[in-house]
Amino acid sequence: MSTVKILYFARLRDELDCAEEIFDLPHDSCSVSELKQALADRGDAWRKVFNDGQLLAAVNQAMANADTRISANDEVGFFPPVTGG
Amino acid sequence: MSVSVQTENFDVAALYEALKVDAPRIGAIVTFTGLVREFNDDASVESLYLEHYPGMTERVLESLIEEAAKRWPIINAFIVHRVGELKPSDQIVFVGVNSAHRDAAFAAAEFLMDILKTKAPFWKKELGPEGSKWLDAKTSDDERATRWH
Repeated sequence: MSTVKILYFARLRDELDCAEEIFDLPHDSCSVSELKQALADRGDAWRKVFNDGQLLAAVNQAMANADTRISANDEVGFFPPVTGG
Repeated sequence: MSVSVQTENFDVAALYEALKVDAPRIGAIVTFTGLVREFNDDASVESLYLEHYPGMTERVLESLIEEAAKRWPIINAFIVHRVGELKPSDQIVFVGVNSAHRDAAFAAAEFLMDILKTKAPFWKKELGPEGSKWLDAKTSDDERATRWH
């Protein structure tokens, strides 16, 4: 079983009512866009979050793009555009 | 070179003194302190709440300092950023840079702040009696950061 840890930050955590979870990958590995699609299929709130073009993703705490590969035991973070400083 | 993400306040004078320690080589110290502004047009906002991505945020800040050190001959740099609940006039962020000459220190400090605002994983939420609201990113910050590409 290929599981990954997914973290949700800021607005996303509130909208999904989820801070983190352990997720079973559909295959041994997948791309960020494939993971986003699997999460979007969970329902309306998830579809809204994961269809937002501004959503950012990090894999193992490094910024990722749609094609970045994800495999077992990786940490994936999803978050909105940053507003610090 | 060091970064800190912390809930507690920071002492600008102590950070300045730490940037002075290697004194003979240092000809310039530039420091920037960001404060929480008054919530101008919205009286219903009482405070800000700041969240970060523990681990990643620190790594991003460290990488910004590494990038600044490649671009300019800086000797040392500190970034301190607060998280948690903050009120107007509270200190929120500190960037300090030292170098032999002022041009590198000015440029590196401005670079660090501009890129921090668009790349470092921090998020602000406004808190008030009627609830809370996450802030949207500003396009003016993105435009400012493109100067350094």
